[in-house]
Amino acid sequence: MTIDAARRDFAVPSESGHFGRFGGRFAPEALMAALDELTVEYATAKGDPKFQAELTDLLENYAGRPSPLTEAKRFGEHAGGVRILLKREDLNHTGSHKINNVLGQALLTRRMGKKRIIAETGAGQHGVATATAAALLGLECVVYMGEEDTVRQALNVARMRMLGAEVVSVKTGSRTLKDACNEAFRNWVSTVDGTHYCIGSTMGPHPFPMMVRDFQRIIGVETRRQVIDLTGSLPDAVVACVGGGSNAMGIFHAFIPDTDVKLYGFEAGGDGVGTGKHAATLVGGSVGVIHGMRTYLLQDEDGQTMETHSVSAGLDYPGVGPEHSWLHDTGRAVYREINDAEAMDAFSLLCRTEGIIPAIESAHALAGALKVGRELGADATVVVNLSGRGDKDMHTAAQWFGLMDEEAGAGR
Amino acid sequence: MSGHEEPAGGRDGRAETVSGGLGAGPARGGVAGAYEKAGAEGRAALVGYLPAGFPSVQGAIDVATEMVRAGCDVIEIGLPYSDPLMDGPTIQDAVHQALVGGVRISDVFRTVEAVAATGAPTLVMTYWNPVDRYGVDAFARDLRSAGGAGLITPDLAPEEAGDWLEAAETHDLDRIFLVALSSTDERIQKITGVCRGFVYAASLMGVTGARSVVDTGAARLVERTRKVISDRPPGAPRLPIGLGLGVGTGDQAAEVAGFADGVIVGSAFIRRLLDAPSEQAGLDAVRELTAELAEGVRRGR
Repeated sequence: MTIDAARRDFAVPSESGHFGRFGGRFAPEALMAALDELTVEYATAKGDPKFQAELTDLLENYAGRPSPLTEAKRFGEHAGGVRILLKREDLNHTGSHKINNVLGQALLTRRMGKKRIIAETGAGQHGVATATAAALLGLECVVYMGEEDTVRQALNVARMRMLGAEVVSVKTGSRTLKDACNEAFRNWVSTVDGTHYCIGSTMGPHPFPMMVRDFQRIIGVETRRQVIDLTGSLPDAVVACVGGGSNAMGIFHAFIPDTDVKLYGFEAGGDGVGTGKHAATLVGGSVGVIHGMRTYLLQDEDGQTMETHSVSAGLDYPGVGPEHSWLHDTGRAVYREINDAEAMDAFSLLCRTEGIIPAIESAHALAGALKVGRELGADATVVVNLSGRGDKDMHTAAQWFGLMDEEAGAGR
Repeated sequence: MSGHEEPAGGRDGRAETVSGGLGAGPARGGVAGAYEKAGAEGRAALVGYLPAGFPSVQGAIDVATEMVRAGCDVIEIGLPYSDPLMDGPTIQDAVHQALVGGVRISDVFRTVEAVAATGAPTLVMTYWNPVDRYGVDAFARDLRSAGGAGLITPDLAPEEAGDWLEAAETHDLDRIFLVALSSTDERIQKITGVCRGFVYAASLMGVTGARSVVDTGAARLVERTRKVISDRPPGAPRLPIGLGLGVGTGDQAAEVAGFADGVIVGSAFIRRLLDAPSEQAGLDAVRELTAELAEGVRRGR
């Protein structure tokens, strides 16, 4: 495939928001006008040099872009000596890639004349980023978070509150990210006139999957340039973790036309896909409709969403962005699972070999890179999107590795 | 009082023509027939909602049957879904109970069959994924064989409804889509263009649940929708407008009956059932509320 042909073939979504058979808009009629307004407003902003200049200024001088590309030599020794390069989204302001998308959507919110912004969050990184942007632009902010996640990510709850956001603990369903999304949608239907729903991943009804990808695309654009500057050529593989899939779409997108570059997405295998306790949607799911989009999801034979499990709150989600479903079907990207134990081993390994504490979400990508590296051999170069830092995960990690004093570990 | 005790099938000859006169299953008058009948009596139609499996599969059948007996013209059977993101806490609770109780899609069809046998046109209201998963044509086929009148699809827009519209045509089922306060006239036109049975006007911007006042925009929405419908080319079938979301008392029903063709009530029934100390008390409370609402839809004109 020539690069031009690849670019053309991958020029998705369609005007109706479809990536092949995926995506689209399965939303209540009450939201259709707002989704149309957002689609138009985003298209206008995209072509507006003033909007782009303001976003670029924030990304560079507020969020700290470009993020560095760090060679992980000692870590790479554990992957058969492969050359591993870490795209350091963990070094962004607020500690993850989430800020890229949120700054874009917060500017759009202001542009649409809306004064209130709501968000769902799993690990809390998107919530923190949204609370941050809301503080910066003077917007009212409410973040919906599953009750279970407010416990395992308590530090991020405090951060959001510190930044002036209201955090609503969602006590319905599985009390995780999926239910936080449900509650955010419910609120949005009744407040849509003055509120923007800042969806945190490449998911939801059109235009969200496309728009969030576009805001995250900068990760791959920078990486592509940085790898070429450093190594003189394109990498052999690009690796990312996939929950909803925004960090993965962000780093994949610029490489899609480079058909020699393998793209790997690693989903949360939980206790193992065979056990049924996992969140590996593309590996173990089937096609359906959830949260406004047609995509792969984990569902039973009646179409009821299945409970998911992952040590990582940010990947604990039964759906996946529609563009990933499309990349999966076309074979352009390959999706595999990493179970809890593999992820936590990689988490520990990166801490001890590189002095970098990754987010548990990103640790799934690191564990994936160890596998891919061994498969590709020592001459290969593998880029890993280190999508977030692990400060928020210290409680979970300390428990997992038994680092807690008994007294401090009790009561959970 | 409204003829629902008559044997199934022989209830409404006029409606037979509306639905094309095919077959003679239960409730063949279709939903439009029930609206016409109410209109002929100088009142609005009363549409009651209840999820299958709540409080139990048989319990829901008993309650819905009671709703028909006490004056509901049309019944909507909700298909319990794990992620009801357009429902407020009341319906969420009921649906959650139904799912915990193990309700399956086969139970939904069983419920439809039992309720349709009363003679009241019986619709299924469902989020799209369960239908998608079941297979759109298979779902339509099985709904039709259960005597169901059609589907209400709150998260399916006409743009994504190609397969369903085809299946509905094949199996002669009503398709009810929603219009909202925020819908443009262009969208109302597109939506009413694919509806059959009635068009569901969502009277407020929000999730389901009884409210103390009916949104003032509701009458305007009905008026705009009626204008769009009346601008349709001659020969287009009549399309009544049912108004739902937030209606819970006889007075509200009367108010809505003043401008809409049908009054849709859901959460208020479920509230009665959730608050009832026993199944019998629940049935009594539902009967009482139905009678109050039935009186309301007659008072409003």
